Amino acid sequence: MNPEALRDWIDVGYLVAAGSFIMALKLMNTPSKARHGNWVAMGGMAIALIATLLSPGMGNWEWIIGAVLVGTVIGAVSARKIEMTAIPQMVALLNGLGGGAVALIALFEFMDQTNKGITPDVVQSVTTVLSAIIGSISFSGSLIAFGKLQEILPGRPIAFKGQQIFNLILVIAMLGLALAILAFGHPTLVLFLSLLGAALVLGVTGITPIGGADMPVVISLLNSFTGCAAGLAGFVLSNNALLIGGGLVGASGLILTLLMCTAMNRSLGNVLFGAVGAVTSGGGSASALAGKQPKSYTPEDVAILLNNANSVVIVPGYGMAVAQAQHQVKELADKLAHLGVDVKYAIHPVAGRMPGHMNVLLAEADVPYEQLYELEQINPLFPETDVVLVIGANDVVNPAARYDKTSPIYGMPILDVDKARTVVVLKRSMNPGFAGVENELFLMDNTVMAFGSAKTTVSKISAALDAI
Amino acid sequence: MSLIAVVTIFILAIFVGLEVISKVPQTLHTPLMSATNAIHGVVVVGGLFVLGHADSMGMKLLGTAAVLFGTLNVVGGFVVTDRMLEMFKTRKRGDK
Repeated sequence: MNPEALRDWIDVGYLVAAGSFIMALKLMNTPSKARHGNWVAMGGMAIALIATLLSPGMGNWEWIIGAVLVGTVIGAVSARKIEMTAIPQMVALLNGLGGGAVALIALFEFMDQTNKGITPDVVQSVTTVLSAIIGSISFSGSLIAFGKLQEILPGRPIAFKGQQIFNLILVIAMLGLALAILAFGHPTLVLFLSLLGAALVLGVTGITPIGGADMPVVISLLNSFTGCAAGLAGFVLSNNALLIGGGLVGASGLILTLLMCTAMNRSLGNVLFGAVGAVTSGGGSASALAGKQPKSYTPEDVAILLNNANSVVIVPGYGMAVAQAQHQVKELADKLAHLGVDVKYAIHPVAGRMPGHMNVLLAEADVPYEQLYELEQINPLFPETDVVLVIGANDVVNPAARYDKTSPIYGMPILDVDKARTVVVLKRSMNPGFAGVENELFLMDNTVMAFGSAKTTVSKISAALDAI
Repeated sequence: MSLIAVVTIFILAIFVGLEVISKVPQTLHTPLMSATNAIHGVVVVGGLFVLGHADSMGMKLLGTAAVLFGTLNVVGGFVVTDRMLEMFKTRKRGDK
């Protein structure tokens, strides 16, 4: 085939790939078609990769094969092995790598042009610089988000005095560096590396003040960033697959981020700059309950309580997921249903650590879909509920969110479990939740606590129920 | 490619991206984020392209790192997304 025709076929390949990405996202709007959507995207990606490998003038095959092979094996094995609970941090890490790849490509192009003495046109220079900046921010920011979710770093916001001003200065410095690089005919590598360094620092200092509970929104936003950066790299390399794939993810990622913010009843600005949880006291409101000790129940007591109930609502939270207790919870729910108790699960929009995360975990344990109730459906039912079993959830059942304007989680829609006749809270200890806020629910008159790991406690309750 | 053609493609892609996500049920937020995450791994195409044209050791290393990162992003992203969506399928069987 002559090179001209080959080039055309490669572009057709990129077009098919881009089309499949769009179709894939469309399919992923519907639960029943979502998995097919993912396969369509995989197919599109494969076509884009083959098209690239066929392009004329490619060399260094041993390097290419080595890198792709190592990346595929590590990527596939770790994605297979990872616990479902750890998926948010896995996504954060993968997103960071994507951002890193864009920054490396930008650095490569810059060095290549300098080495060959090519003066790139304005658009190329601007997009190279921009993709380097956004890619680097996404890289370091995602690693911080990963660290927070993996609990290598503390989940609470880490901020130093004047951090906002420091970040602002950093942004101005980056703009200065970028302009300097664009203005010089033959910019130096030192300037470009300083720019990359400043962007990496901004990724860190921009994300550390954001609380661990908000990391899903942050990851989603950084996901959008990486998409934009990839699209800009498409300008640098004049590549349609990058332009379309990147632009698509940049825009859809932003919409998804805003959807997540809506689910938490927060604005994006509030998430990014609100420094939620920086104040760990729950405000003055808990004073009425100050000094009160929580009532502690044994698993046997809880079993008796459940045995006498007509309706039970289970509120699973991240604590249940961490303890891998979803199978034990399902077993307990089945036993209760067998005894004629009406069992429902209440799923908060941000239960787990990402919207929809809890649904995935419960689906893993084969919990029937019709037992899952969303916030709007279940809240009117709480006053008629005999027992609510809160398993490792905390912030999403904190009544302070309804009325306490000083509370960092004020305004977040919560599950009104405190309106039920009895609330049983299964928790490891009295420690505050991920957002770092105290919860007065634990001290209320209709609340009893059962301390211990969710898995052990639920198993013990199950066993005690058998003995009755 | 002419500049205007490139800009046109990019802008239209952004508009499609804004439109393609509409009323997504909350259950699908996480898988969708994960899938878009895998799709931006298309940067691996750029990585392959630069590595394929690298001519010094330093540049080869830089290109290899980009390809490695991009491949991890793509493969890990798609596999994790598929695992999540596989769960939904189990749930559907439970429905029947």
